[in-house]
Amino acid sequence: MPTINKRISEEIRAQARKLLEEGEVAAVLGYGAGSLPMTVKPLVVRNPEDCSKLIWNTFCVLNLANYLPAALKSVEPPRGPRDPKPEGPLPKVAILVTGCWSRNIVVQIQEHQVARDRVVVMGVGSRGMVSRRKVAALFPGLEILAVKEGDHELVVQGADFAETINRWSVVRDNCQSCTHPDPVLVDVRIGEPVSERKNPNPFMQVDAIEQKTGDERWAWFTAEFATCIRCYACRNACPLCYCPTCFVDDAKPQWVGKSLDAVDTGLFHILRAYHCAGRCTDCGTCETVCPMGINMRMLTKKLNKDVLNLYNIEAGMEPDAPLPLTTYTMDDPEKFIATEVTPVPGAVKEGK
Amino acid sequence: MIEEWNKVHVVYVPAMEKQAAASPDWAPGWCRLDSSSIALTFPLPIGPTPASVKTFFFPQPETLLTYTLENNHPDKGLMREPERSRDMQVVLGVRPCDARSVLLNNLPYQEDQFFQANRQRTALVGFSCDQTLSTCFCTRMGGSPLDSEGLDLALSRTEDGFLIEVCSEKGEALVADLELAPAPESDISALAARRNAGGNPSATELDSLKGSELGTLYDAPLWQSLGEACINCGACTFICPTCYCFDIQDEVVRGQGRRIRYWDSCMFPLYSLHTSGHNPRGQKVQRTRNRFLHKLKYFPDRFGPFSCVGCGRCVQDCPVNIDIREVMDDLIHLTAVE
Repeated sequence: MPTINKRISEEIRAQARKLLEEGEVAAVLGYGAGSLPMTVKPLVVRNPEDCSKLIWNTFCVLNLANYLPAALKSVEPPRGPRDPKPEGPLPKVAILVTGCWSRNIVVQIQEHQVARDRVVVMGVGSRGMVSRRKVAALFPGLEILAVKEGDHELVVQGADFAETINRWSVVRDNCQSCTHPDPVLVDVRIGEPVSERKNPNPFMQVDAIEQKTGDERWAWFTAEFATCIRCYACRNACPLCYCPTCFVDDAKPQWVGKSLDAVDTGLFHILRAYHCAGRCTDCGTCETVCPMGINMRMLTKKLNKDVLNLYNIEAGMEPDAPLPLTTYTMDDPEKFIATEVTPVPGAVKEGK
Repeated sequence: MIEEWNKVHVVYVPAMEKQAAASPDWAPGWCRLDSSSIALTFPLPIGPTPASVKTFFFPQPETLLTYTLENNHPDKGLMREPERSRDMQVVLGVRPCDARSVLLNNLPYQEDQFFQANRQRTALVGFSCDQTLSTCFCTRMGGSPLDSEGLDLALSRTEDGFLIEVCSEKGEALVADLELAPAPESDISALAARRNAGGNPSATELDSLKGSELGTLYDAPLWQSLGEACINCGACTFICPTCYCFDIQDEVVRGQGRRIRYWDSCMFPLYSLHTSGHNPRGQKVQRTRNRFLHKLKYFPDRFGPFSCVGCGRCVQDCPVNIDIREVMDDLIHLTAVE
């Protein structure tokens, strides 16, 4: 009996081929095999014969929605920046999504980055993706040369060892706490739908940090971000970050210093997280792609918690729902408005 | 040995754990041995160290000049050279690939006073690799896991200890006051035999790229799919031991200014943005192509060797699994077809 993911891979190839052959879509966004164990490559397939390269496994950790706007642009007939839009419908792109990525597409639709009628959503119910880093941490000092995937276990092999581990134990933190593993948009269903997961508190990791004292939280923050090399992989892998010029790349004026000053690095991470407030679906890609293993997802997760508590909204659940932070209603929480000035203890006036 | 060095020099070893905070003499990815530390041992991973030695020669950032903008200050606006540490720093646990990267970076930085000053005060103590990782490809780039090139002291494991090769004057100074047993002939010949068995390191397979037409490589169809997958982060360029691009900026905080040189990445659009607003590498695919062609074509055309030592760090850490070994295979295939 082939594994669930083997069957899903077969189904993806067949459906992708069908969509391309029938001319329904001009490109399919999926994954190809990686060159190392536990890696995959993002892949844009444009010919039916290349569909056999498509795979699906438990290491599909990159968010493909990040590639969607560029893929849509790439299939349009070429035109200059001032040329009018060509008449008739533009070619479509098919994309593989799980729960969180489908919600990213919903956000892209809400924010007018993607036209719904140009996307064919191939929905896969997510069983949680495995963190390469978590697996490697179980084998310190050993190189993993191959990982064989079963439905509930992984066989990890090196030069002189082979060990079977439980799959769920190495699934990424964001997937373990996820409550919406099934896509909210589906045009082509792949595999079986996955039911909603019950999680009494998806914000356990955030709570643990919130319960610390101010000094402890500051210590956590400075230590967590001390090793950041400012490669911006977290930003560039994120489907929410599509500004033509990011605030850290602005030269006139320059908002953020360019070297590894802790203040600049901290500012980048905090501002990046705030730009994602009310839009982040906790797909975990930022954390996954970080070459330094920084847990920056804690910042966005905290904001997800705040947005849920303040506005009762989880990003990207309904295409027609308003965006929480660009919509004003009379009963919005206003607790942040100070009605009287309270003296800050220990504050000293400058210039005296 | 380490104990003696630690008394007079600043000694760094690879950091295996996440480091807490930055101090002025902090080198990302490396940890400074504490003078009071009793345990003078350190773990050395198989393959390259977590961070490359680039940081010691090409710090992120390097302060080039300092100045004050305070009103009424007699020196207002005067650029001054900052006090530079001349203390010898000893870096332990350097792998042959990283040692070679210093020599390669030295080619463009031959006349750079900052790089040269850092070279002068840094001694590299290296360990040859008994084991390599599946991502290591130093032999393909003309290096060898047993190489001593670029090191000041090269240590190789023998049956009952280490064979120390003194490779430079700096290396000689490091062992001058130590009482070391002379190496037995058998160990020396054993190492020489191991080196010979590895063959003469040369990048013959890749050499076809050096003679090939730039236009053929430039217009290769592979860049399109690579550029499509690449997210244009700077991870590969920052962890790479042979990426050496920088930008210069003035930073002023409360009237005190410093002119810094900091790491830049050809993956970033700002890297090639002109003042006019024109960007010759405005598209992702152009930037991705530039990184590989710089390492495999532009640099060798200008300086001779390839600007890659085969440490495999980018292979391991690329978020989208762009593998330079596959890029090289594709390019070789392309030139073979020509």
